[in-house]
Amino acid sequence: MYKRFIGKQSNKVKNTVERGMVKRFSEAICDPHPIFIDEEIGKNSKYGQNIAPPTFPRVFEYGEIEDLELPQKGLIHGEETYHYERPLLVGEELYCYSKVKNYFEKQGKNGLMGFFLLKRYGKDSEGNIIFTEEQTVIITEAVRKAMSV
Amino acid sequence: MKNLVEIKPGEYLEEITLNPVSRIELIKYAGASGDFNPIHTIDEEAEKAGLPGIIAHGMWTMGNLGKLFTPYYEEGFIRDYQIRFAGMVFLNDVLTLKAILEERNDENLVFDVKVVNQDGKEVIKGKVRFVID
Repeated sequence: MYKRFIGKQSNKVKNTVERGMVKRFSEAICDPHPIFIDEEIGKNSKYGQNIAPPTFPRVFEYGEIEDLELPQKGLIHGEETYHYERPLLVGEELYCYSKVKNYFEKQGKNGLMGFFLLKRYGKDSEGNIIFTEEQTVIITEAVRKAMSV
Repeated sequence: MKNLVEIKPGEYLEEITLNPVSRIELIKYAGASGDFNPIHTIDEEAEKAGLPGIIAHGMWTMGNLGKLFTPYYEEGFIRDYQIRFAGMVFLNDVLTLKAILEERNDENLVFDVKVVNQDGKEVIKGKVRFVID
């Protein structure tokens, strides 16, 4: 069961907000706005640089939490919350990691459902938090049985 | 387009209706995001998972919804973006993005946001707190 992972966190991983990745990501969410991809517009914006869309941290790596393995299939993404101190700037480096916030189970109409809450953090080189992301993933009984966890 | 500074509670941002959801878009999102869960791109895998067909990544829909706010980054930025995934999005679904200002105090604008499909069913919903700075 996942209860024993509550409070566990991953090692920090350095990520760069890469220009090409931001362009491709903004195109993939059908939002190729100049504030994300046009260098001149970025330079002249209040941020002095292009910024990344709010759901961009999806592309970052957050390190591994020791021994934690979530099922590869059959997970249901329940909720997603981002918090920002400021937008992410193209070219900047962020140190990212994740932490298990909670795990609990509830009886639902499809059997016992596991709720897994993961929080991810992105910090600048001085250790200031720039963004956090909280994700709730639902693990259904069928999947848990298949994994025998 | 109005500035956000002028918007009042109860007013909507201009809504956007997307092109029908296509496989190539979801393949692009898989590549750009690194989420290669095959239920989003390969029919057989979706069927094996008990789905009638491939479904969009929830994060693709959430990413799309964010674009209602993109024109306003010179005024401020999204401080909080909270979403609950309420329903599945299938190929050829036609999605509409909506945001209504719920409340504002000083520099904080709290919007109720959602994406509805062609049947008016909510597929994701939540809140955006946009900060004027």
